[in-house]
Amino acid sequence: MFRRLTEPAGEIVTVNIDGKDVQVPAGETVATAVLVSSVGYTRTTPVSGAPRAPLCMMGVCFECVMEIDGIPNRQACQVRVENGMRIRRQYGAGASPVA
Amino acid sequence: MPEFGELLVIGGGPAGLTAATTAARLGIYTTLLDEQPAPGGQIYRGVEEAPKPRAELLGPDYQRGARIVQAFRASDAKHLPETTVWSLGPDGKVGILRDGQARIIQASRIILACGATERAVPFPGWTLPGVMNAGAAQILLKSSGVVPADGLVIAGAGPLMLLLAWQYLRAGVRVKAILELSPHVNLWHAAPRLPSALLAGHYITRGFRYLLDLRIGGIPVHFGVSGLRALGEEQLNAIEYLHHGRCHTLPTGQLLIHFGLVPNTHLTEAAGCRHIWNPGQQCWLPATDDWGNTSASGIAVVGDNATIGGARAAEHAGHLAALEAARALHRLNTTERDRQGKDDRGWMRDDLRIRPFLEALHHLPESLLATRDDDTLVCRCEEVTAGQIRQAVREGHTDPNQVKFISRCGMGPCQGRQCAHAVAHIVADETKRPISEQTPFRVRPPVRPISIAQLATLEPSKESA
Amino acid sequence: MNADAVIIGGGLMGSATALHLAMRGQQVIVLEKDSPGRHASGVNAGGLRRLNRHPAEIPLSVAAAGIWHDIRSLLDSDCDVKLGGQVRVAENDGDMQMLEKRAAMVHALGFEHEQLIDRDRLYQLVPALSPHCSGALYTEGDGFARPYHALTAFRNKAQSLGVVYETGHRVTDLDQTDDVWRVVTDHGAVEAPVLINCAGAWSNQVCDILHEPVPIKTGAPMMMVTERLPHFLDPVVGAASRKLSFKQMQNGTVLVGGAHLAVHDMQRETTAIDFPKLSESSRTVLELFPRMRNVRIVRCWAGLEAFMPDHLPVISPGSTVPGVYHAFGFSAHGFQLSPVVGRIMSELVLDGASSLPIEAFSIQRFQN
Repeated sequence: MFRRLTEPAGEIVTVNIDGKDVQVPAGETVATAVLVSSVGYTRTTPVSGAPRAPLCMMGVCFECVMEIDGIPNRQACQVRVENGMRIRRQYGAGASPVA
Repeated sequence: MPEFGELLVIGGGPAGLTAATTAARLGIYTTLLDEQPAPGGQIYRGVEEAPKPRAELLGPDYQRGARIVQAFRASDAKHLPETTVWSLGPDGKVGILRDGQARIIQASRIILACGATERAVPFPGWTLPGVMNAGAAQILLKSSGVVPADGLVIAGAGPLMLLLAWQYLRAGVRVKAILELSPHVNLWHAAPRLPSALLAGHYITRGFRYLLDLRIGGIPVHFGVSGLRALGEEQLNAIEYLHHGRCHTLPTGQLLIHFGLVPNTHLTEAAGCRHIWNPGQQCWLPATDDWGNTSASGIAVVGDNATIGGARAAEHAGHLAALEAARALHRLNTTERDRQGKDDRGWMRDDLRIRPFLEALHHLPESLLATRDDDTLVCRCEEVTAGQIRQAVREGHTDPNQVKFISRCGMGPCQGRQCAHAVAHIVADETKRPISEQTPFRVRPPVRPISIAQLATLEPSKESA
Repeated sequence: MNADAVIIGGGLMGSATALHLAMRGQQVIVLEKDSPGRHASGVNAGGLRRLNRHPAEIPLSVAAAGIWHDIRSLLDSDCDVKLGGQVRVAENDGDMQMLEKRAAMVHALGFEHEQLIDRDRLYQLVPALSPHCSGALYTEGDGFARPYHALTAFRNKAQSLGVVYETGHRVTDLDQTDDVWRVVTDHGAVEAPVLINCAGAWSNQVCDILHEPVPIKTGAPMMMVTERLPHFLDPVVGAASRKLSFKQMQNGTVLVGGAHLAVHDMQRETTAIDFPKLSESSRTVLELFPRMRNVRIVRCWAGLEAFMPDHLPVISPGSTVPGVYHAFGFSAHGFQLSPVVGRIMSELVLDGASSLPIEAFSIQRFQN
């Protein structure tokens, strides 16, 4: 669980994380918003279904891959929040693009 | 004049910023490519936007970054933020991705300044949610003023642990304990190196100040800890460790780990540069000369990307590489280059004096680097355990690349970034051949994932290469 | 004498040959200059394909398919074989006519494994395919395996039967005295009455020493692999007028090939990916599987392979002196043939003749 040291000043956007609307500072990474707003994990692994959370926050661990606006396997620490963004935990290999 | 100029600098931390600023000042048409939206790299991440209270909390070293960024902004160097570099060939061709458009670009000289990543050291339970790198916690703090909500434990080896704990103390974040996994014997090896380390006095005094403040703040610091395990079912709820011969359990929902830094060598490896195992830093470094030139013509590497030396040394290395680029591009002759670089070379030498001491103090034992716990996951992406890797070696797959092929270890999305070192240590341990003789995983492009649609935007070849 | 046979090259052909000789009681030494599977054998697309072979290769390919269907009884491992079929897609009338002619030709030769299928059947087999295709040639029971795992299985079985692998041994010289070959490496010398050249992209170097030079061209075909995706594809997909090989592995990753060549350096044994060509491959993928657009490529690579001018391998005794045999030049489509090539080589050595027709693969065709 993570918290903010101060209330966010400046522009605020609304994103939806796993069905819940939350307000986050504009320009923040999705991974940060997820860590502050929810308990637990960003994905479950394709091999065993184990839950995982971000490890490195700098794009080299790939534990933070989530489904963002319908597209899976996006590194949440490399994507900035935008108003109306839909953020979902990724389960295994994620949603099939070739449904 | 090619579109991106004569010199490409890749990476927006202190080494890259200084290289680009110096090169521009010498009249070289320079472009800096950065993955981030704003300059600063990891160490000065968010420095331009940091509100004053946060910048003060982070300390004077962090604030120095603002000046370096300002100097870069004021220079004539072009800045391309939010640009991903996904390939670097031995021929110096750089694959970039910007706004969904892929391109292959080229320049006469390239300076790589991609910095370092935290060394990944597998231990039981390290993949549980609740276990995060200390550097990741720093990024949360620097970019967004975000901190752990409840108490936390910091474990590992290296000065970053003390710095982070000190920053948290000032921010009112509860640090339950700091567990130093460097064995006591390190003190004996480090002590002879202390005198020359004192010549880089500011590091030592800084370290003592942190220790003192942490002491006053009531945060226990335990040295010589071993046997670290993270416990929990789907989430971390406690850690276990050995200290002074006894086993301790400490409930916590957050563990921040740090086992030192290793250069981010994916681009130097993709470009085919020669790398050498450095026993002091316990990792592979790109082979360079005094000016940062690698074994690939026209490609230099500086800062922590070349050798773990810290932010100050990185600035000087950036400056020197820019001078060398100026020589190669006929702006300076050798004498002039040497003269202009004299001071930085001296300062860099001074900044690096602390390193032998720190390396000895935080030297990680093989028992930690090559876990003997067969159930511990080494490859996080493909969930390959240490036991499976040892078994592969016993079955005749005796180098890390063969282990990778047979087990899929290193074939997941991170392409071995988190497991390459651990696999090499385990293979060295199993084959009884030194780590210096092991080959790292072969690195192939793209060094950052690129979608099929993005790659399809690349211009087709006009003739075969 | 150190062995009954010495084999140069520890890849698929060398290992399959070693295994079959050992199964017939021969003592074999394999000399491998790097590590087994380091080059083409370890990094190829793993295609188990009878579909669209040159007529000369068809009898071998059909025999090999029989072995792959039951590979476990030969190798004690299933090599991760998946036999979900293979299609060669027609995108327009011109393609369809080409495929019809091909089907007729193969049936006329007495083989039934290539069947023409219509639109409905094609989309039943490959629902994810872009809707513009008109039909395909289909081979049920084609598929793929994992090349390094297959190679490891060949090697393990061979070693269990006494085959000795000397890895890191690079051959520097050869000579023959009184029907005995002396093969000199950087670690010493090995002697045997039979010498077998399975040296892949380096085979011409061996041929040169034997005074039977061959016009090998080395090449490095490129592959791309994606992140894992949920399962959506069973057959391997190629197209009549495209350079494409597209398959989804059991772990969900998609492997894209298509015979585009990387830049390669035989001296340094390195390859450099030609991304503009892979960009063309990407466009081809999007035209046939448009929903792949946001799928990420995680890695690209290329392996060093030997190509012959007629794209047919050399599988034959030597043409200059007795006691020499060759199996090389598989031109990027050797993986599937490897088990039967091993058997044929053991027949040439021990029986003086192959049970399958191999005249088209004679090294003599280059010796005029």
